[in-house]
Formats: sequence, structure tokens, C-alpha cells
Amino acid sequence: MASIADTAAAPSWYARIPLAWWITGLVLLFMPAFAGEFVLYQIFGWTFILGMIALSLMFLAGYGGMVSLAQMSIAGFAGYMVAIFGDSAITDISQGWPWYVTIPLALVLAVLFATVTGWLAVRTEGIYTIMITLAIASAFFYFTRQNYTIFNGFSGFNGVLPPQLFGVDWRHPVAFYYLTLFWAAFWFLATLYVSRAPMGLALQGVRDNPRRMAALGYNVTAHRVAAYAVAALPAGIGGILLTWQSAQISPGTAGIGPAIDILVIAVIGGLRHPAGAFIGAFVYVILKTFALDILVVLGFDGERFNLLVGLGFLAVVFWSSDGILGLWSRWRTSWGRDRLRFPGRRTP
Amino acid sequence: MIALVERHPWRAAVVTVAVAILLFLIFAIWPAWLVGLIGRKKVFLNALFNGITLGGLYFLVASGFTLIFGLMRNVNLAHGSLYLLGGYIGYGVAEWTGYWLFAFPVAFIVVGAIGILMQVVVFRKMEGEELRQTLVTIGLSIVLADLLLWGFGGDFFNIAAPSWLSGPMETFFVTGVKRSTGDLIFLKYPLVRIVIFAASVVVGVAMWLMLNRTRVGMLIRAGVDDRDMLSATGARIQLVFAGVFALGAGLAGIAGVVGGTFQSIAPGEDIRFLLASLVVVIVGGMGSITGAALGALIIGIAEQFGSVYFPTYAVVLTFLIMVLVLAFRPRGLLGQA
Repeated sequence: MASIADTAAAPSWYARIPLAWWITGLVLLFMPAFAGEFVLYQIFGWTFILGMIALSLMFLAGYGGMVSLAQMSIAGFAGYMVAIFGDSAITDISQGWPWYVTIPLALVLAVLFATVTGWLAVRTEGIYTIMITLAIASAFFYFTRQNYTIFNGFSGFNGVLPPQLFGVDWRHPVAFYYLTLFWAAFWFLATLYVSRAPMGLALQGVRDNPRRMAALGYNVTAHRVAAYAVAALPAGIGGILLTWQSAQISPGTAGIGPAIDILVIAVIGGLRHPAGAFIGAFVYVILKTFALDILVVLGFDGERFNLLVGLGFLAVVFWSSDGILGLWSRWRTSWGRDRLRFPGRRTP
Repeated sequence: MIALVERHPWRAAVVTVAVAILLFLIFAIWPAWLVGLIGRKKVFLNALFNGITLGGLYFLVASGFTLIFGLMRNVNLAHGSLYLLGGYIGYGVAEWTGYWLFAFPVAFIVVGAIGILMQVVVFRKMEGEELRQTLVTIGLSIVLADLLLWGFGGDFFNIAAPSWLSGPMETFFVTGVKRSTGDLIFLKYPLVRIVIFAASVVVGVAMWLMLNRTRVGMLIRAGVDDRDMLSATGARIQLVFAGVFALGAGLAGIAGVVGGTFQSIAPGEDIRFLLASLVVVIVGGMGSITGAALGALIIGIAEQFGSVYFPTYAVVLTFLIMVLVLAFRPRGLLGQA
């Protein structure tokens, strides 16, 4: 009896996790048992990678109120650093250092890059931030395209492969699936944790009322710049994994189109919860992979993929300010409402 | 003026010296050592003129952008798509009727009407939600870009300038001395570029006059300063919004025709000009017409000089200027805090 009273007072941590999360986790964990290699590598591997990069944007935008379009550039920067310091087919530039040096170095440099970006971007607010980060993203794109001594210009680097750690070929679909799943889950949980840690709470306070937070003695600018630095880690790891997945990195990887795609992903999914980034990434990847077939079935030209994405994005933004997550919670409240007790459109 | 000089003697001295050097570079016949140092004067003058005229084009695009932003706080990221649409419409009209001049009013009216449509159908529904409006404009730009690609394909279009505007014009700027006869050589410059630059100056002055000397301009300026107060005084703010959106979009359409004559129009130009107007208004200051003119001039000249004197990083130079401005004046050169 005592145990029942205990759980009623404070349910254990695993009982507080909703059933849907358990099912999602188990399905993802045992996915290789029933999914093919294409699904594992192209669809889920890519979803997790784009989700991580979108997660870094979600962290900045959802908790910090700073919509940064430079997150893809930070991801691309980390990928470039791995290619430059590690191994690639461009042996003139690549240093060929071991992985335990290149990967931390790439992440540290990505954090530095993000800090400088943040330092510039936090001087502005709201919509100004979008414009400045968009300008930084395009500056990065043009710079990598023009610079041949470090970034190898237009063609970039190819043959960038993950290390053969523990004798595992990490580009094998199953291994790569688990690698991306691990990091995606890690950053998903880490973001949830940080959102309730003092730093995340202070960041949300800064988002809601910077002047009051400043009056309370918080350093608003420092918190914002720190948020950029923290958000660089999931973006950087996502960028490295993206480089390994396609075994190459070029200016086009971090161009203006991909930068906007990341925003589209985060907004379609919903900026309120970290899950939104991955939901958005999944929708985007499914669309990008199968749009050709869908469009052909509907009788359109297969090249109109962008039209489909753009219209879907418009529809989501137009009807819900909070993406698919917002639509979902709205649908759930309207579905679960007792219509006799609460008639009309108002939610109880 | 004198008070200004007395207040900032050092700054005034630096500016005076810079202006003197610039005037020397433009009007004097360059001595041999200078030619050895930075190349021929013709190249320099051409870069300067190309920069100024490009600045005129940038001003046309960016002025609409900054006007819409200043009044409605709406960052219209579909502005580049409106530019591109204007270019295509202008091309179609100029080819169909054979009159180049006719392309301008048609592009202005059609693109302006689309601007009104955007304002009435989309942005009025989400007033005050700046971020959501911006996201919608991103979606619109994706859709518009793909529709234009669908309709016009990936080819380059060039709007042909009429015959009375084609060909070079002799200017009074000396580029050098002919060695055999001792005659002065004068700079030849494409007439159409000079005309277009003059037109953009006229547009700029007209906009300034409209904003500062007319009743409508008074309404707009009042709206920029305090939107809610203006609507509280009984002004029909929605009408002003729609009008300004039409004007801004129409200017983008006209700029598209100009850009199609200047250079060419093709998919991808929308992003290029969107970025250019972003950088221009960030450098010049958001919502300020004078700032847009100053920013456009700086960015245009920097881009041209960059492509002549250090071609590899010409594009990066403009962003470097933006970063420098942001670091010292976060609101832009002429932006108000």
C-alpha cells in the first residue's frame, strides 16, 4: 500500500513519460528489423540530421525568440572543418588529422563561428535578426564558393568519410541509422533538459521580456550570445553527419536555399517543442523524396517540388502560428471537449 | 555647416581630404606613377560610373522594400520575386508592343496590384504578427519563384533598349591624353545607363517630395512613427497600408524592367536582388528613404570596385561593409533608434 501512496504522490520518472513517447522510442529503436536500407539511410538518417539542425533553430527561435537563418551555415562550417582537417579526396588541402582531433576541433570552431554570428545578430531584434542572419548565411555561401585555398571553391570536398571506429563501417545503413538516432535523441533530450535548466528558463524570460530580465540583473546580451553558442553544437554535429552521409560538402550544401529550408522545417513542425523540429524534418524528407511520384500521380510536372513545399509551408503558416504541433494540439482540444458543457469555439 | 565643422574638426578634415582626393581622381589627368599603382583611369572611372548606376538600380529595388518595412514593419522577403515578376512582365510587354517605355507603367500597375492583393488577402489577417508575416513572405517567394520558373523557364531574358537610347555617349570626363596628337580622350559611357540613373534619381526625389511635402506623405510619416495613434485620429490606415504596399511593390516591378535592360533576368535574380536590398537597407537604415539611397550608392560602388580591383572576394566585400556598419551602428547609417 505504501508504494501506491508513493507513486500517487510523485510518479516515477518513467511513468511520467506518455505512452506515445514509449511507442515512438521503441519503434525507432527496432526500426532496422523491418525497414529497408533506403528507408534507414536516406529517409531516417536524413530526417535525424535535418532535425538536429532545425532543432538548433528551434532552440534559438522557440526559447530565445531569435529566428536565425545562419544555422545551416554553422552546420556547413562544421562539415567543412571536418573535411579540411580530416581526410577527403582533395589531398592538397585536407590535413588528414585523426578523428579525435578533427571532430572536437570542428565543433569548437563551429561554436566560435556561431558566437561571432550571435554577437552580430543579437544587436538586432525580431525581424532584423532574420535579415542579418540571412545576410551572414549568404556571405558564408559566397565566401566558400569563391575561396579556393581553404574551402576549395565551387566543387568543395568529396570523399569525406567517417572513421572506422570500433571496426564498424559507419556509412553502413544500419550503423549510420543508429549513429544519427543516437545524436538526434541525445540533442532532443538535451534541449528538453536545457529548456528547464536555469539557463533555458532565463533565455525564455529574455524572450518574453528582455527589459524586465535586465532589471532583474540578468545579462540579456550574454544569454542570447550563449544561446547561439549552445545551439551551434546540435547544428555542428548535424553538419558533420550530413557531410558523412553524402561523403561530400560544397557551397551548395549551406546555400541560401538550404538555409531557408531549415526555417521551413522548423516552422512546419512547430517552434514550441523540440519534437517539432524532427516532425518537420520527417515531413520535409518524405516530401522531397516522394514529391516526384506524388506530383506525377496528380498529373503535374515532377519538377514542381518547390511549389508543393511552398504551398504546404504557406498553408501551415497561414492556419497555425505553431506548425503541425499547433494544429495537433488544437485538434486534440476540440476533439476532447465536452460539447454539451462547453458549446461554441472556446476551449475550456 | 560651419557649426558642424567646428563641432567635429577632425572628422570634417578627413571628409574634406577624402572629397578632394576623389575629385582629383575623377577630374585630373592621372600621372604615370598613379597609373602604375592602380591601373588606368578609364577602368577606374568605368567602375565608379557602373557602381553609381548600379546603386541607382539597387535604390529602386530597396526603396520599396524600406518603405513597406518602415510603415508596416513587414519584412517582405518576396520583394525579390516581385522584382523578377516585373522584369518578366516588362520583357513580355516590350516584345509584344515594341515600346520599351510602355513596359514601365504596365509592370508598375500589375506588380502594384499584386502587392495590394498580398496586403489585403494575406497581411491584413495577421496584423502585428511580424514574424508570421515574414514567414508568409518566405512561403510566397518560394511559390512565386517556382511559378515563374514554370512559366518562363530557366533562360536569360534581356529587354532590348530602344535605338534612341543605345550606343555610347561622350562625357566630359577626361581619361587620358592621346600620345600622338596631344588631344584629350573623353570617357564614352552607355547612354541607357545614364538615363536610367537619372530616372532613379527622379524617382528618389519624387518619393522624398511625396513623403515630406504632401498630405499622403504626412499620413505615411505619421504611420511610421506611431501606427496606432494615427488610426486613433481617424485616418483610414488600411487604405494607407494598401497604398504603400502597392507603391513599394510597383517600384520593385519597375526596377525589374530596369534590371532586365541593365543586365538580364533569370531565375535566381530574385534572391540576388532580395539580398542586395536587404544589405542596402541594413547599411542605410531601415525605413529611411535617404538611408536607402546612401546604402544603395555605397553597396553599388563597393560591388563594382570590388569586381574590378579584387574580383575573387567582390561579393564578400558588400557583406563585410554590412558587418562593419552593424558593429558600430546597429540601426544602419541613417536609421533612427
